[in-house]
This record gives sequence, C-alpha cells and structure tokens, in this order.
Amino acid sequence: MIKFSEERLKKVHEIIARYPDGKQKSALIPILHMAQDDFGGWLDAPAMDYVAELLQIKPIEVYEVATFYSMFNTKPVGKHVLEVCRTGPCMLNGSDDIIDYIKEKLGISEGETTADGLFTLKPAECLGACGYAPMMQLGEHYKEHLTKEKIDTLIAELRGGAKN
Amino acid sequence: MAVKVLLKNDHIEGIRYYDTYRKHGGYAAAEKALKMAPADIVEEVKKSGLRGRGGAGFPTGMKWSFLAKPEGVPRHLVCNADESEPGTFKDRYLMEFHPHTLIEGLLISSFALGSNATYIYIRGEYAWIVAILEQAIDEAKKNGWLGKNIQGTGFDCEIYVHRGAGAYICGEETALIESLEGKRGNPRMKPPFPAIQGLWMRPTVVNNVETLAAVVPIINMGGEEYAKIGVGRSTGSKLLSVCGNVNKPGVYEIDMTISVEEFIYSDEYCGGIPNGKRLKACIPGGSSVPIVPANLLFKTAKGETRYMNYESLSDGGFATGTMMGSGGFIVLDEDQCIVRHTMTLARFYNHESCGQCSPCREGTGWMYKILKNIENGKGKMSDIDLLWDIQRRIEGNTICPLGDAAAWPVAAAIRHFRDEFEWHVNNPEESQRRNFGLAHYADPIHVPAGA
Repeated sequence: MIKFSEERLKKVHEIIARYPDGKQKSALIPILHMAQDDFGGWLDAPAMDYVAELLQIKPIEVYEVATFYSMFNTKPVGKHVLEVCRTGPCMLNGSDDIIDYIKEKLGISEGETTADGLFTLKPAECLGACGYAPMMQLGEHYKEHLTKEKIDTLIAELRGGAKN
Repeated sequence: MAVKVLLKNDHIEGIRYYDTYRKHGGYAAAEKALKMAPADIVEEVKKSGLRGRGGAGFPTGMKWSFLAKPEGVPRHLVCNADESEPGTFKDRYLMEFHPHTLIEGLLISSFALGSNATYIYIRGEYAWIVAILEQAIDEAKKNGWLGKNIQGTGFDCEIYVHRGAGAYICGEETALIESLEGKRGNPRMKPPFPAIQGLWMRPTVVNNVETLAAVVPIINMGGEEYAKIGVGRSTGSKLLSVCGNVNKPGVYEIDMTISVEEFIYSDEYCGGIPNGKRLKACIPGGSSVPIVPANLLFKTAKGETRYMNYESLSDGGFATGTMMGSGGFIVLDEDQCIVRHTMTLARFYNHESCGQCSPCREGTGWMYKILKNIENGKGKMSDIDLLWDIQRRIEGNTICPLGDAAAWPVAAAIRHFRDEFEWHVNNPEESQRRNFGLAHYADPIHVPAGA
C-alpha cells in the first residue's frame, strides 16, 4: 500500500505548516517531490490520489499539476534518469554529441529506458548550468563539463552501484 | 571597471557559513535597517536606482511603493529563484556560495515591506541549493535574525524555501504565484497586479534573487553612494553569467561602465574566444533578447562604443540593438550555426509554453517545426517569411511575456542572418555537412587584435 513512513509524514506536516491555515494546497509540489522519491521514481494514480487525500484536495487538482511540471514523471522510469540538457548554450558546447553517445552506448532513444531498468535518457531543456556545459541532471545533482570519458565512468559507476 | 559589491567576499573560504559571514561584516546592514523606519528603507532603495535584476529592469523602489497595505491583511515578499532563462546561472552562484547575503537581503526587505512569511521559490532542479539555503536560514534563526521578535524589534519573520518542479514559465511573477499556491503555472491576467492581489490574493512583492541581495550593499553604503556605481540609469553592480564559446565561462560582477569588447576579450572577464576563432554573434541578456552579429555588438549603428549597461545595449532598438535582460551572456564563435541555435531556442519555448494563449501555444510549436525542417535540409524559401509572420503574430498577443520571449530570438535571427537561412534552403545537402561560413558575410565579423 502507498503510504509515507511516520518520519516522512512528520516532514509532510512540517511543510504544510509553512503556509497559512486553509492554504495547504500550496504544499502540493513539495509533497509530490517526496512522493516521487519514495514511490518508485514516478507518480501513478494511486500515489497522486494519496497526496490528494493528505492535502484534502480533489485528485484532479493533483493530476493537473503533476502533468504540468517536467520534473514529475507520469510514466515509469529507470533507476537512474539521465537528463541531458540540449538547449542553445549546451548545444554550442557539444550536447548533441553527448546525447548521441549515450544513445549508442545504452542502445536507447530519447525518452526510453534500458531493458534492465537501470537507465532512462530524458533530454532536458535549460537547467541553468550554461557556463559548465555540456551537462546533465542526475537525481538531485548536476554532472557538468561532460565528455565521453566522463559518461563512461559515470555509467560504469552507476552499474557497479546497482549490483550492491 | 571591476567592482566587488555583491561578490566582495567571494575569495573568503567558508563565507557560506554564518560565523564567517558575520565576521566579515555580515548582518551589519540588517542591524542598521532594523533601527530604521520601514518607509525609510524603501526610500533608500528608491535612491539607489536599483532595477530588477531578473530581466525586465523595472525600478525596485517603485515596485515596492506600489504594495497595497490594507488594514488586517497580511502581505508577502516572494523571492524569485526560478532562474530558467537559457544562459542565466547567476542566481544559482549567489545562492550556492553567498546564501547569507540573500537571507540578509530578504530579512531587510521583509522588514521594509512588512512580510512576516517570506518565500523563496526556487527552481526544482536546484535541489542541492535548497539544503544550502535551509542551513543558512537555520543559522540565521539561531542567531536571532529570523523568527519571533527579531533583535528585540517586535518584528516577526520566517523565510521558507519552496521548490518548484521544472517550468520556465514560473519565473513570470503571476505564474510563480499560481505555482506557489499549488497550481499549474498559468500566468494571470493583469490587473490586478500582485502588489494589490498576489499570493492568496494578498498584496505581494516578487523580486529576483540578485535584486534582493543588492539591498544589503544599498543599506550598508546608503542609496546615494550605491547609485554612484555605474552610469546613468544603470546604477550599481550587475552579475553576468557567461557561456558559449569563451575561454572563461562563469559569473562576473561588473559596474556597467565597461565596453562589450573589453568584457569579451579582457582576461579579467571572458578571456576571448577559444582556439583563436572569430566572434560571430552574441546574445547578451539571456536567450529571449535579440541576437546581434559581432559588427553591431561592439559599436552601435551610429558607430559609438557599446557598453555593458541597460541603455547602451538597447541602443538602436531591436533593429540594431538588443537588451541587458537577465545578464545571461551567450557567445557564438564563427563555427556556430545560427539556424540550429535558433531551432534549439524555439524548441525550448515550445516546451515551456504553458498553453494558455493560442498564439504562443500554437505559434511556438509551428516555429520549431519550420526551423527543424530548414535545419534538416527540408526547408522552402517561403518558410523564412512564414517564420517572420508567425513571430509577428505572437508578439504582444499573449497574457504574459513568454510569447514575446519566444518571438524575439526568431525575429532577430532572421533580421541579422537571413542569408544563412537562405543558404540552408538553397544548399540542403551541404548544410547537413558543414555550417554556413563567415566568408559568406559581406561585413567583416570582428577579428581580435593580433589574430
């Protein structure tokens, strides 16, 4: 069953308390982040319904928000989502080559997940790291000044980590 | 000229932490401000001539003076940290390395405006910065700069960090407010302006990170002294984030009196173009502002030197000038393809359109499709005029400025580089193999001295 742990529920209530009484809907985006982190990296209908219940709002109010923001996945994704920026400044510094290299290396296209469920390639639009291009977002961190060698190392590390 | 105002403590190790920040003069401005009348703080900011650093350049003191103060209705200050304009990463630098400067600026501004609950709306992707800010907030609170009865003044203030989830449009202040209320980021019709009915329909001021951080030096040195930095209506210092084809990308602080040429070629700043290449074009204020070819970048159409400030960059209007914008400085060298670059920007705006207004929702996708065709050798000559027509019909016809922001880059690319678009159409196969070379231009593009 979908449910936050006691500790996470405490955090949920702490977040709700940041907003005035009756404005608990304001906590929706922060709590959707928590739900995505805790419930498998994406938001399915039961997870969104659970968040609606916690915030005492209608499920549709959650769906319309979850589908609007690009950080929320409404379809299953791999364990590691490689979000490679491809907007102007990154393009000037070779992001196209980086994306092509990842595609070739992992045998997947944009938006796809590897058969072992480890990696999803998700091309991203500007992530605010233009001076450190090319770059990608991996979970809560940025990987910057990417090269093919760095991609090799990163993927090997993530594969290694998965075995543990 | 190099100035160090916001980044004056940039070299000090540990400036991210309270004790170090305090030891180097941190919270002195807060001490001073909390003894002032709130209206006098607003007055100092007015005198400073500070203009919004998010992109629009609206005078901050004036924006503050519009805030409605009905009896019994709470007011809010919201810090816009949804930095998403391609080419812009200056706020990230401030928050990551100087979080206490922002917190101090927020405290002073909250006191001036009477906000007891202030929110920092930060783009969701800057996840690790949330922890940095929350730590700074904790430290400030432990030392009596936030919470109840701050420094015995009777003023209460809490600062909360609110994480977004990936939407460029939430940098627009009314979309940001909608998002902060837990909704889709659809901009609101104005009026009513946020200063009258903003967050939860309460009077609200939304300011950019850099703007609010600048309140600290303004209070420290006084508005009049601060206004002496810079030139004309471009007062104070400005952070620029540099990217693209330069030797030294990064964040720089300038006083808005240096020339564009010096900024690009001096070792103190960008350090020139890598690999001895020539400069082709530049987008000096974030991806929305018009791209200008090198020959119009260093000199205005009148032949005068162009400087890094609001007035000089926009000299000549959109025909021959551009804008200061957010300070996202994007440099393109001679090997870059204008069509491809414009295509990525069109894709960006198409992805980020909220879909509320049809000119923007339909137009951005249409422009992207046409640009993709031209870039991939499937374009027609009539497509170039069609692009021009579409962007013209988006501009000014949408609720928020995203429509304009999507139209301008396409318009400017065609205005200045039409020959490059035509070359793509006329040489569909060759354009797949190589880029349009500089040799095609009648005007010589800037060649640095000694090259």
